[in-house]
Amino acid sequence: MKLAGLLMLFAGWLLIVAAIALLGTSPMRGAFIAAGASVEVLGLGLLIRSHLVMRGNHE
Amino acid sequence: MISGPALSSNANFVLSLLCIALIPFVALGLALINTGLGRSRSAAHTMLSSLCVLAVAAIAYMVFGFASQGTIGGAAHILVIHGNGWNWIAAQPLFLRGLTYGDGPSIVACMQLLTVGLAALIPLGSGSDRWRLGAICASTALFAAITYPIFAHWAWGGGWLQQLVNFRMGFGFIDCAGSGTIHVAGGLTALSIAWIIGPRRGKFSHDGMPAAIPGHNSVLVLVGCLLALVGWLALNCAGSMFFAGAPAFHLVLVIINTLLAAFSGLLGALITTRIRFGKPDTSLSANGWIAGLVAISASCSYVVPATAIIIGAIAGILIPFAIDNFEFRMGIDDPGGSISVHAVGGLWGLLAAGLFSRVTASGQMLAQIVGIATLIGFVFPLTYGLNWALDRVYPQRVSHDGERHGMDLHELGADAYPEFAIHTDEFIPR
Repeated sequence: MKLAGLLMLFAGWLLIVAAIALLGTSPMRGAFIAAGASVEVLGLGLLIRSHLVMRGNHE
Repeated sequence: MISGPALSSNANFVLSLLCIALIPFVALGLALINTGLGRSRSAAHTMLSSLCVLAVAAIAYMVFGFASQGTIGGAAHILVIHGNGWNWIAAQPLFLRGLTYGDGPSIVACMQLLTVGLAALIPLGSGSDRWRLGAICASTALFAAITYPIFAHWAWGGGWLQQLVNFRMGFGFIDCAGSGTIHVAGGLTALSIAWIIGPRRGKFSHDGMPAAIPGHNSVLVLVGCLLALVGWLALNCAGSMFFAGAPAFHLVLVIINTLLAAFSGLLGALITTRIRFGKPDTSLSANGWIAGLVAISASCSYVVPATAIIIGAIAGILIPFAIDNFEFRMGIDDPGGSISVHAVGGLWGLLAAGLFSRVTASGQMLAQIVGIATLIGFVFPLTYGLNWALDRVYPQRVSHDGERHGMDLHELGADAYPEFAIHTDEFIPR
């Protein structure tokens, strides 16, 4: 789960870089950057969730 | 990008060297803060670790780091997509070869030998009392050779984050003196370390409630804050000259902004803790001071003094909540508050640079968001992965007995305060 979270962070960043590289100054660029940032937020959420689950298992 | 190093005269050259010579005060301040917020039985270990971090970081950076960081206009690998050049990584020789000593790039390299150590010092606060000295050195080497230079090239070395100006994103990613490059990168590494090595024994009870393990010397912490301020003034001046092209007369504004942000950060945290807990909290207020400094670093050259007060105050108010959230809700043991102060404070500083910058242009906020997303989406997985791999090869956490005896006795063979026996045993199950 933690690996999935880290991969989602990286995927979100790739989405942002791709949006800048491929869409240039197109108005769609902002939407794709927002989408990439959202994927990163989901990845962070997954990371925190996995940490809490692992912590619960230790207790 | 706004401009390159402003080293057009001998006066600027001397001023640059003077600023660089004062930067070690930041390291001294952070080392004292980390030591004071840790246990007395690990005090000597934390101070020695701080020196080792500075040494290892500088050498690793000299050997490998500068080659991939480079400077604006230096040799680099460039990928052309849709007619736009993407400067991904520098292509300088190893061992600082190819520098002409006395010109702009050599002075930037000189400054970076210290700033890479500052960034690498940050994780010491989160790994305090349980992170082995050998692992600290190995982790620092990875950070200084790989993680730091890559992002520093993108943000400061003419890399693609600075080139966002070509995509109509304001002036490109703004980070005058390292809110992102130094503090968020170091803070995210601190989070990785705290996650990988786990909490101190006795920190959390069986039902997950955290126990208070107060720092052993709040005077060290407060003296550290004052010393860090001296170094921070120099760091922000040097960063403004090298990475924002600020002329010498403009440094007055940089110094005023830096001072005001530290003061408002302290007051923000002090008032917040006074309201929440009934009395001001020393360590949280000290962390507010540092958070104000961290937050203003990104925009110290671009905002007016009233804005610096707002940036510092918001950083100071954020810190007590961030520290509580990391500890109570996420169960992360961060004795020095490094994650909250440097990662959260730095992220706020980068956002604030987009929100409040006087020289902003259309799309500046988007450039800042792209920079933040790069730190979270690239730097964090990279530094976590490197430290996780290191932990597989060379376990980073000290043994149970080592933690019980204290890092000083276990790893160094002698306590920092041999005449005092003030330890209580936190290992008795509650």
